[in-house]
Amino acid sequence: MAKHHVTTTINGDPVEFLCSTEQTLLDVLRDVLYLTGSKEGCASGDCGACSVTLDGRLVCACLVLGVEAQGRRIETIEGMAKGDVLHPLQQKFLEHAALQCGICTPGFLVAAKALLDRNPDPTETEVRYWLAGNLCRCTGYDKIVRAVLDAAADMRGS
Amino acid sequence: MDYRSPGTVKEAVDLLAASGGGAHILAGGTDLLVKLRTGFVAPKLVVDLKAIPQLRGISSDARGFRIGAATSCAEIGEHAALGAAWPGVVEALRLIGSTQIQGRATLGGNLCNASPAADSVPALIAAGAACEVAGPAGEREVPVERIVTGPGRTSLANGEFVLAFRLPKPPARSGDAYLRLIPRTEMDIAVVGVGVALALDQAGVCTQARVALGAVAPTQLLVADAAAALIGTRVDAKALAALAVAASAACKPIDDKRGTIAYRVKVAGVLARRAATIALERAQAKRG
Repeated sequence: MAKHHVTTTINGDPVEFLCSTEQTLLDVLRDVLYLTGSKEGCASGDCGACSVTLDGRLVCACLVLGVEAQGRRIETIEGMAKGDVLHPLQQKFLEHAALQCGICTPGFLVAAKALLDRNPDPTETEVRYWLAGNLCRCTGYDKIVRAVLDAAADMRGS
Repeated sequence: MDYRSPGTVKEAVDLLAASGGGAHILAGGTDLLVKLRTGFVAPKLVVDLKAIPQLRGISSDARGFRIGAATSCAEIGEHAALGAAWPGVVEALRLIGSTQIQGRATLGGNLCNASPAADSVPALIAAGAACEVAGPAGEREVPVERIVTGPGRTSLANGEFVLAFRLPKPPARSGDAYLRLIPRTEMDIAVVGVGVALALDQAGVCTQARVALGAVAPTQLLVADAAAALIGTRVDAKALAALAVAASAACKPIDDKRGTIAYRVKVAGVLARRAATIALERAQAKRG
């Protein structure tokens, strides 16, 4: 089967790639485009380590076909820091020690950013529910939730 | 495996019909991609329906609401008018998976994946929703409860697919609710799910009711006896007790790791009573 030629936008840049139907968006990001920040935890949409946004919607890249990226707008963890300047969420994750092994961290950051983009002042409960699709086996979540709330406060300028 | 993304209903029907059953429909992909990965399905062709305008978005007219079958649950959940009219339907579809899953999962997929535990389905059946189905013979409208025929099986013929869901305009003084039981607080598969929709007259007497059960039989069940227990009553304790008995009596569940037969039968009655109570409160809140 001939490969699909896909034209898309990733982190604001126009990108073209070839993929087979079987390749997920996560396979394409990691193995074709070498954007390896998105991680494969479960490959079944349960762990959230591959979280990206697709036209502004938070999704698991492992549950999207690569060919579905045609004409869409994708944001990944690689687009979060601006050069050497970390996004406030990244900075707060460091300050709160909200990561240990780090495998889940890109997914948490992308998911948390998607939350703050639509709700700059979430409650702790809203943060916990929003991030319920991101699994972390190291931190016990409290540090992550505190980092997100602290980043939100920072970004609101309070 | 090839991939096609038709832009029209006719093109999709032709592709599916020509495949002779060798194609699989892709909507949100939250079930399909897992099945592809595990080898549970191995289609020759994947037909992505999301580029067809009739399958996207929510509109309303004199009949009620029309929800495109490939509209994401996240998008549906953000529709304020739909949430006000059919809160039970919206609370049910919002229970499907995490934020990430909500961004992709669709009502068409939740129905046609044909899991007995699909959360949106009992709520849609209780609400009296119908499917617009497209196929080689044209379009037809089918009540939601006639689509699923067993686990993983539907009544859709080769080349047919669900275009949209039609939700009627809710009657005055009506309310609906969906409750499910899972052993944790979030993101699990229903052990039992119950959808209830009811309407009251000006005196507070129930004039219409529909009760649908999920995860207690090979398909979702529309339970006429359970609805009959409410109609003509004030949905008082006696009516709710009769509702619970009728709901439990309709169950034909399996025993599995999520729940025993006895447990599911009992819980179906309890949830039916609680869901009816919430639907009643919602109906009463609309009064005046």
